Amino acid sequence: MPGPESATPLQAASGGVSGAAREPLIRARGLTKKFGTFVAVDAIDFDVAPGEAFGFLGPNGAGKTSTMRMIGAVSPRSGGDLSVLGTDPDKNGASIRARLGVVPQLDTLDTELTVLENLLIYGRYFDLSYAEARSRAMELLEFVQLNDRASSLVEPLSGGMKRRLTIARSLINEPDLLLLDEPTTGLDPQARHLVWDRLYRLKQRGTTLVLTTHYMDEAEQLCDRLVVMDKAKIVAEGSPRSLIEQYSTKEVLELRFPVGVQETLDGQLDGLGERVEKLPDRVLIYAADGEDVAAAAHERGLRPETSLVRRSSLEDVFLRLTGRSLIE
Amino acid sequence: MTAIAPPAPARGGAFKFPGLRKLEQSLLVYRRVWRGTFFGTLVSPVLFLTAMGVALGSLVPNITAFGGVPYLVFLAPGIMSAQAMQTGTVEGSWPLFAGFKWLKTFDAMIATPITVRDIVLGHLYWLFVRLAIVTGVFMVVAFLFGAFRSPTFFLAWPSAILTGVAFGICMSAWTATRKTEQSFSIIFRFVVTPLFLFSGTFFPIEQLPETVRWIAWFTPLFHGVALTRSLAIGHDLDLLTLGIHLAVVLGMIAIGTFFAFKTFKKRLVI
Repeated sequence: MPGPESATPLQAASGGVSGAAREPLIRARGLTKKFGTFVAVDAIDFDVAPGEAFGFLGPNGAGKTSTMRMIGAVSPRSGGDLSVLGTDPDKNGASIRARLGVVPQLDTLDTELTVLENLLIYGRYFDLSYAEARSRAMELLEFVQLNDRASSLVEPLSGGMKRRLTIARSLINEPDLLLLDEPTTGLDPQARHLVWDRLYRLKQRGTTLVLTTHYMDEAEQLCDRLVVMDKAKIVAEGSPRSLIEQYSTKEVLELRFPVGVQETLDGQLDGLGERVEKLPDRVLIYAADGEDVAAAAHERGLRPETSLVRRSSLEDVFLRLTGRSLIE
Repeated sequence: MTAIAPPAPARGGAFKFPGLRKLEQSLLVYRRVWRGTFFGTLVSPVLFLTAMGVALGSLVPNITAFGGVPYLVFLAPGIMSAQAMQTGTVEGSWPLFAGFKWLKTFDAMIATPITVRDIVLGHLYWLFVRLAIVTGVFMVVAFLFGAFRSPTFFLAWPSAILTGVAFGICMSAWTATRKTEQSFSIIFRFVVTPLFLFSGTFFPIEQLPETVRWIAWFTPLFHGVALTRSLAIGHDLDLLTLGIHLAVVLGMIAIGTFFAFKTFKKRLVI
């Protein structure tokens, strides 16, 4: 049934919670998920505040998806406490899910149906009338720039279009909380930017976003605050900027040497910058001023094939915290 | 607890018969694909009744065990039940498996207020609808062939529907436990086809050697065929026997549904 208020899905998606109480929308304490003896999520703590864009950053297998599924009230926890929208997902799963929007890691669109039918039937799962579902669907298709594809079948759509349709689908119930599991994994750069743009708009409207990603640029673009996950645990928490300030230097000098040369350099890099990180294919030197270090390296007679100064990123934070790259 | 905005009942996800929403999804899909299946639904009874009921039947003496009815009259309810079994089993295999594995539509559903239980019930409702369509078409064709002569013939319709649903829901419960689709064709080759041939579909089981005849009583299709045929022909309407046949079919539906709740949950809630 259409609600008494004629709020559009996008307006209603803006927070949905009065600002009076700033209790977290999600609160996890000692949250644990085990599959048999395998510990996928190991006693993690975090809070997500209303209106926040919160991220789980970590490599594949870090436990991000398991965490998201517990928040989404589709996977019972193995231990600890979890509260979502003020209640326990293991007890009131259906009523929590009624107020969530979920963008799963893999598309779960009904490829036997058209774009519009996918949205209509999804609205029906939330007890919307067909008329209400249709009006919301048309608005959402415009939002994700698929309005000219409404009657197209899902199958011929590109990966980016399917992702945008999945995002539209997740908004059909005017969710108070939007969960996105690796929203742009597998998309080409142009399609990713289109998805980011739409998510950024939702964020600006005040929708609470929780997303997982193993792309540091995605986390930097979208997240107000994030936790870095590795091996089922949270290893750091903060805003992208504060994490970089805390765990890295302002700039990074990247040196790439001809094949075989890097292995012969031992000792020659010592004392350059604040910290030196040797990756298989290049050397990273952390310093407040990258150009200074580049000059110093040149004076030492080092002749890299390429030399690049860039700002520190979350990738560097992850490397510092775990000794590994995000994408291996 | 001073929780903000506890889930408001009005939007709390509790509404009547959420399983019907799963049925709606099946109907939406059926609306897209029905042309592909309807031809088979219509042509299959025409072919069977022409080739076996009319042509082969002209060589077969009237079936004395069923009050001396022509072979066509004997055959039609048997084929209808067997086709119901096949349709139900198919609906419980590949199309269902797609929801678990290939399309993951069930994963999408349980992210909403729809529960695993609703998915099972919705699937059960869909089996009833699908079987009503397939056997309904068969009823019309068989009627036009003159295969129905008893005033109770229309009761054969729900009987055939129940038979198909019984196989469908049991197959569904099993399908939910499968990691790959490879075993489905084995089921059809080694379970469905033998049942099709030896459950009294084409000949009374009294024609089987006495030593193996009793086995038929333990095959599920036999009861569906016997019930449907008795009602269609209006012969041998012994309430106790009919009751046993009906109880077996209903029992299969109950057991299949019970296990489907378990296996669907185990598959989807991890």
